[in-house]
Amino acid sequence: MTRMHVLILVTGALSVLGTLMGQSAPSAANPQDGLQKSQPATTFATSRGERVFQQNCSRCHNAPQEFPPQISGTILRHMRVRASLSAADEKALLRFMNP
Amino acid sequence: MCVSGDCHGFVGRRSVLNPGTASGKSDNPMTIARRYTDTRSLLSSDAWSMSVSANIPAQTRWSAIALAASIGLVYPCFAWAQNIPLISGGGGLITSTNGGNTTYLPIIAPALVAPLGDHLLLESRSTIVESYFPRGGGQPGYKHDAFLGLSYLQADVIANRNVTLVAGQFLTPFGTYNERLTPIWISNFEDSPLIFSLGTMNTGSNVGGMLRGSAYSNDKMSLDYAAYFSASSTNQQFDSERSAGGRASIYLPDARLETGFSVGRLLQNTHENYFGTHLWWEPDNSNFRLRSEYARGPHAQGYWVEADYRLLRFHGEDSLIGRIEPVLRLQQTFRSQPDSEDGLPSANTQRADFGLDYHLPHEVRINTSYSRQLSLTGNHNIWETGIVYRFLIPTWRGK
Repeated sequence: MTRMHVLILVTGALSVLGTLMGQSAPSAANPQDGLQKSQPATTFATSRGERVFQQNCSRCHNAPQEFPPQISGTILRHMRVRASLSAADEKALLRFMNP
Repeated sequence: MCVSGDCHGFVGRRSVLNPGTASGKSDNPMTIARRYTDTRSLLSSDAWSMSVSANIPAQTRWSAIALAASIGLVYPCFAWAQNIPLISGGGGLITSTNGGNTTYLPIIAPALVAPLGDHLLLESRSTIVESYFPRGGGQPGYKHDAFLGLSYLQADVIANRNVTLVAGQFLTPFGTYNERLTPIWISNFEDSPLIFSLGTMNTGSNVGGMLRGSAYSNDKMSLDYAAYFSASSTNQQFDSERSAGGRASIYLPDARLETGFSVGRLLQNTHENYFGTHLWWEPDNSNFRLRSEYARGPHAQGYWVEADYRLLRFHGEDSLIGRIEPVLRLQQTFRSQPDSEDGLPSANTQRADFGLDYHLPHEVRINTSYSRQLSLTGNHNIWETGIVYRFLIPTWRGK
């Protein structure tokens, strides 16, 4: 067995371990923690936006810790092009960032 | 980005470490233009008016008036909404020790994003690097070189909910790494994968047009696509090969699984085909990510697999341990025929990268990694460290 095979096995083991450990782990960073702490996010639209964020944005990068609300539309327009988001997902994310 | 001697990321192919290339010159016309603009803005309004009246030709004066009128027309589009233009990106200091030689790279990579109305978006990203590297040849001390390059400068027209038209210079949509992971504040490792140059047409960016968007999307699946045609350009800042290609991906949100394929055809001189596929997986409610890509060119092929796990399980993201993110990447390249221009190692190569990233407060991250590269041409140890700061600011305050 070559060293590369050992490394591949280690990667596989890490994958399984990460999956098992992650089942009860807290979810990934929520952008609202740093953005809109004073506003509840319990509406259907907001929860859909949160899901869209976790399913799309956080696959590539962490959420920014904070940013001014007047650029939220610009960020989403940028990410709509970069990440090929649908128009519905863009709107859901905008409501999520500005509930 | 590439900082090691054997890889060919976008900075690598621009020869940051090679002072003899044209890209490394510091007398860049963009820098000169920006200096002129910055200097002018420091003038007082009276002095500026006098200067306009006395020294600037009528044609230039009318151009300035037209520009001011354009800004006046455009400004209300985003002054009252959430569409203020922004400057984003990252800056940092990266070091790479390859075969005992250490290179230092202070770097800043700002991106400008400016929406104009409801359907048009202008965006650009540039990279400014000052590299310090050993003189070599047994001589002591370091040499340094400056680099300023555009990664993309494009206009995006959102035609409808399924189609976005992109024109200008854009990142080649082949695989996932080039478009998603090249920003220094995103990538887990400081250097790009060994197969980065396969399918990205040597330059990583193209000059031409592209259609892209979400073809179909619902709660169960999402299909997206990108198709482009690029002209040949030898301009220093808009270097591009005549080529065509695209990518299609399917994403399953419930499984957190994405897969897709990419094609590219080089249309300049010898016509060559490139194929690629990618697979990304993020188990739900975990902090584990698995990313992988395979690419095949006419003379070589290879793959990379990257896994990372943020230790949020240990008292959350703000805890001492929760800020740690171990990363592992495995890579292999296979050479079928010699090709000095495809950017891959000249012999079959295996490489393992072990990384440990630490997420500090205030958008600062420390990346460290050790890599062992095994090849018939020689084995190497590569040590890399970097501290990266991510910024995201509006261009003005807005209302």
